[in-house]
Amino acid sequence: MKSITVRYFAMFREHAGVSEETLALDVATAGDVFKATRDRHGSTEPNGHCKVAINDVMAQWESPVADGDTVLLFPPVAGG
Amino acid sequence: MLRLTDQPIDPAALRATLFDPGAGAYCGFEGWIRNQNEGQAVLRLEYEAYEPLAISEGEAVLAEARQKFPHLHAHCVHRTGLLEIGECAVWVGVSSPHRDEAFQACRYIIDQLKVRLPIWKKEHYVDGHSGWVNCERCAAAG
Repeated sequence: MKSITVRYFAMFREHAGVSEETLALDVATAGDVFKATRDRHGSTEPNGHCKVAINDVMAQWESPVADGDTVLLFPPVAGG
Repeated sequence: MLRLTDQPIDPAALRATLFDPGAGAYCGFEGWIRNQNEGQAVLRLEYEAYEPLAISEGEAVLAEARQKFPHLHAHCVHRTGLLEIGECAVWVGVSSPHRDEAFQACRYIIDQLKVRLPIWKKEHYVDGHSGWVNCERCAAAG
């Protein structure tokens, strides 16, 4: 198990009811974190419209996560 | 330079920051808040940004534009917070020696900003409801 701090934004935050939480998760990748927290952010699968960052650096769903990492889950962006 | 602000954007003042004796062209884009989206009457919009990555990703986009188009000056300002109909939500300005690369660079920057920066908008509708733009699609796809 790894201690992962998960941060939720916009729709994900409203669905989760918190902006961040630290969880003990059995995960290897950022995509695993997304799936493990699906009941919190409300989206089942990460898709092309959602993005992820690890420790404030943009990442891929296949990117590995380590104990103590902060994973930021971004719903589809809509700037402009 | 890319920055976020919760204050009104003044395109005329920003345009002046791009003056360069070697520039023969200026191209600016303003994104405005409109009163409807996908059949719903919109009252106002609310922008949320994750500033650290919005800035770094935005600066990366500007750097890419400068690499593609030599001698380019490029700036962008994006609003956060509550915006009313008609307000400027985003401004992109570029100056360059010739108009062709000014048009192309401006278009490249706004197109990339819209799909890459961690910025979200919530529409507040006239009927009292509200919704995150695009986000419902993500949930539905899941």
